[in-house]
Formats: sequence, structure tokens, C-alpha cells
Amino acid sequence: MATTPIDSELIAPPSQRIPGWLRKTLVFFAILSALCLLWEGYKAIGATTGDKIPFTNTPLPVRSDDSSMPHIASIVGALFLPAQRGNDTTVISILIQSALFTWREAIVGFLIGSVIGFALGVIFSRWLFLERGLMPYVVASQTVPLLAIAPMIVIWGSRLGWDTWIAVTIISAYLTFFPVTINTLRGLRSPDPTSVELMRSYASSEWQLLWKLRVPAALPYIFTALKISATASVIGAVIGELPSGIADGLGRVLLTYSYYYVSGPEKLYAAIIMAALLGITFTSIIIVIERIALAPQRRIND
Amino acid sequence: MNNYQPVVSIQSVSKVFNQGRDNSIKALDNINLDIQPGEFVSLLGPSGCGKSTLLRLIGDLTPPSNGSIRIKDKPAHQARLDRDYGMVFQQATLYDWRSVIKNVQLPLEVMNYPQDKRDVRAQEMLKLVQLEEFGKHYPWQLSGGMQQRVAIARALSFEPSILLMDEPFGALDEMTRERMQLEVLRIWSQTKTTVIFVTHSIPEAVFLSSRVVVMSVRPGRITGVIEIDLPRPRDVETREHPHFFEKITEVREMLRKGETA
Repeated sequence: MATTPIDSELIAPPSQRIPGWLRKTLVFFAILSALCLLWEGYKAIGATTGDKIPFTNTPLPVRSDDSSMPHIASIVGALFLPAQRGNDTTVISILIQSALFTWREAIVGFLIGSVIGFALGVIFSRWLFLERGLMPYVVASQTVPLLAIAPMIVIWGSRLGWDTWIAVTIISAYLTFFPVTINTLRGLRSPDPTSVELMRSYASSEWQLLWKLRVPAALPYIFTALKISATASVIGAVIGELPSGIADGLGRVLLTYSYYYVSGPEKLYAAIIMAALLGITFTSIIIVIERIALAPQRRIND
Repeated sequence: MNNYQPVVSIQSVSKVFNQGRDNSIKALDNINLDIQPGEFVSLLGPSGCGKSTLLRLIGDLTPPSNGSIRIKDKPAHQARLDRDYGMVFQQATLYDWRSVIKNVQLPLEVMNYPQDKRDVRAQEMLKLVQLEEFGKHYPWQLSGGMQQRVAIARALSFEPSILLMDEPFGALDEMTRERMQLEVLRIWSQTKTTVIFVTHSIPEAVFLSSRVVVMSVRPGRITGVIEIDLPRPRDVETREHPHFFEKITEVREMLRKGETA
């Protein structure tokens, strides 16, 4: 059937017929279902071929039996099992509690790291020799494995008489500040020369130039960094909990469940999903704040 | 006030970029120019004649290599600190995180005007450029011509004694451009500000100015200054006036003279 141009103009593109939030929700669940299908499909193929790639003798990269890849249903089911024998507390309530505990450390670490990261960005943008001199150490700080540094920070913290969770937030901050510094620096340097000359023509102070031009111009860059840092701060907190012996966080839960991986892998998978959810939640909050801060100005750039 | 006291006095000014290096360029050579209060002066010339550089020297955005620039009998640097300049660039250079009214208020904030005075002044300025309905809009919601009008409102908000305009309509289409020229003449007659206007359009310079300063390239020099004695107020009919075309021819011939010299 031929469609006249006028007809096709009358038909709105799909994006306008379905409201945005509904479309996003549908896409989210479609992708989630697809992932679950892939998982279960892989298991089904592995089961029929004896863990070989179909029609070949090549083994599949991951074994598909229930102890390596539990069914989705068992992972979800594991959430509602008792965490320990003879105890009513379910796995999910343990996971939520420990996730919230870890999140608290992560938030504080994130805030400290962001402030330090921003301050370093401002200082580096103002004094080039400081950037030249200090940036290599900042970069080096991020290439040293966190696993090597975390125990040191915990030990130093305990010598200083800190609560252990403070050491964890420091570790979290350590992982947070770097993207913020890099992006702040980039953003502060983003205004074009004319914008800067405009401020100069008003005989503005350096301080005004910073707060009325450079920082607002840097905000989209900084938000991009904060989204990266939000997830990094959770990783930092989880890793920081391991050497610090904190029993209430996700780090210990992940460690414990990994000991029982062979006998019951579902719990570890459930814990991994919870850690991922925590990162997603934290990042989503940053995205919401970003939308509120930048949307009227059309400055969301990713 | 003595009318013969120039508001801008440029004496033996030259500008060399990258001075003392292999790639040094003499942008301006021995510029002398006086501008009277309330004048509308255009700096006209081909690309690379240093007209924008001269404007930036006047506005103390870059220092001269030689000579002196005095504004109201003080050094240009002092004049900038005294907020004597309003600048309008080819790009509107609005800050996109600020609404229109907040953009107009930007210089007032920098100069620490109290909030109530900022609001009043900004509203007056938007009225002057006929955008009083658009205060709450953001720059991306405006057309190029409207953005440039906001830029003019912003430049005039703190009542600078000199308005420096660097090819302000260069990025606009011809129709918008002609409308903006009328607009700027109306604003000029209402505010009595001295305007220094950089352009490479001969009709634009002739239509707007009381004097056109014709410049030539390599190094940038003033070839001559042409008085434009077309009657004011100038309007759409001015563009069809025989004398308008005579003046355009006169300017064009002087530009050609600069080329061959």
C-alpha cells in the first residue's frame, strides 16, 4: 500500500506515541528478559551438548551446570532463604542491611573524594606549574592497586584511633577523587576565549571569573565524573571493608558467600546483584540531580 | 563638558604579535585616531587589517606594543577597571546556564549592584532591545538576532561610556542584519553612548556611522577617515538615498587606494 507523504507526516514517530518513561521502562525490562533468556539458553545448550559448542568438540568457556551457573529462579529464590540455619533472617534482608551500611561509607567517601577532586581541579587549572608537578603523582595514585593500599590505610587509621569505617571512607574517597579532578580541570578550561574576555571587560576578579564562568561551564563535565565516581565509591567501600574486618557491610557478605560458592553459588550471585543494584541506585540519584541542575539549560551531554 | 575633548585618543599606536621572535607579525602600524563623545565610528577594512585588534587595544584586552591609548584622559587599563567599556562580540557569548535576564544581569553582579537595582536595570535593558517578554527564556530558545540583542542589552546594562562592537552582526543573515542595524541606531540615539563598531561590510559602515575609519592590510594602517553626513534619524529610506551610494563609492575607492598603496 502506498503512503502519501502527508499520511506519513500525520503518523507520529513511535517515540511520540508512547510516553518516554513508559518506553524506558519497557526497554529496561526487555533487556533484562533478554539477558535472563541468554543465561538460561546457554545453560540449556550446555546441558544438551555436554558443555560443548554445538556441532563441535570445543568446550564452552564456562561450565553450565547448576553449581557454576545456577538458574535465575534459584538466584532469586536464594534471596528468600534463611541466611543461616536456625535463624529467620532471610538473605535479602541481610543483603539490604549490608548494602545500606556499605552505601553510607560510600556516600561519605564519595563526598570527601568529590570535594578533594574538585579542589585539585581548581588548583591545577589556576596554577599550571602545580598541575605539571603534581599530576604524575595523582595518576600514579590510581595505578597502584587499591588492594595494596587499603590495608595500609586501615592500619594507619587504627594507629590514629579512627573508627574502622572512617578508613573505609578514605579508601572510597581515594577511588573517587581522580575522575572528578580530571573532568573538573577539563571543564574549567572549556569556556571559549571570548567568554573569558567578556568577564575581563567587566574588570571581574579571578574569584568571580571562577564562580560565574568557569565552574558553571564545568558542571556538565563534573556530573559526568560524579557518575563514574558514584560507582567507584561503592567499589572502594566494598574493597575497603575486606582488610578492615568490618562485619556489617557488603564486602564481608561477598567474602563469606564466596567461601560457600561451591556448595551454594546462588547466594554469591544474589550478593553480586545487590552490589550492582547499589551502584545503579547511587548513579541514578546523581543522574536525577544532574537533570534537575542542567536540564532547563539543555546541557546534558551524554 | 568641552566637546573637543575626545573620549578616545589613540596616538602613534602599533601592535606587534610575537615580538622579537621569528614569527613576529606587525598587526598595526602608527595608528592615530580621536573619537568624540557620542560619535558612532566604524573601523572598516579587509580581513587582517587589524581592525579587531585595534578594538581590543582600545578595550584593554591586549596591550599596545607602542604608543598611547587614552580613554576620557586616562589609560585604557584604568578605563577598563572603571568599567567604561561595554563589549559586544561576533558571537553573542551568552552564558547558556543563565536565563536571558540573568545574562543581562551578569555585569551588574560582577560590579556588585544590589539585587533590586539589578532587576530594574535588566528589565529596562530588555525593554530597550524589545525582549522584555523573554527574560525567563534560555539562550538556546532564542534566534541568533535575539541573542545578539540580549548581548547588546547586557553590554549597556551598566551604562558604559563606550560601546565596543566587534562585527556584532557578522553571523546574522542579511535581513536580520539590516533590522539589527536599525535597532542599534535607535539604541544609540536613546543612550547617547559612544560606539566603536568593527565591520567588513561597506554599506553597514556607511549606514550606521558618523565617521568611517578605512584601514588597509600588512601592516594595519588607517588609509583615511570619511565623514558620513547622511541625515539622521536614518531609516530604510536612507539605504535608497543617492548620497548613501555616493558615500559607499567614496569608501570603496578609499579601500582600493589602501590596497595599492
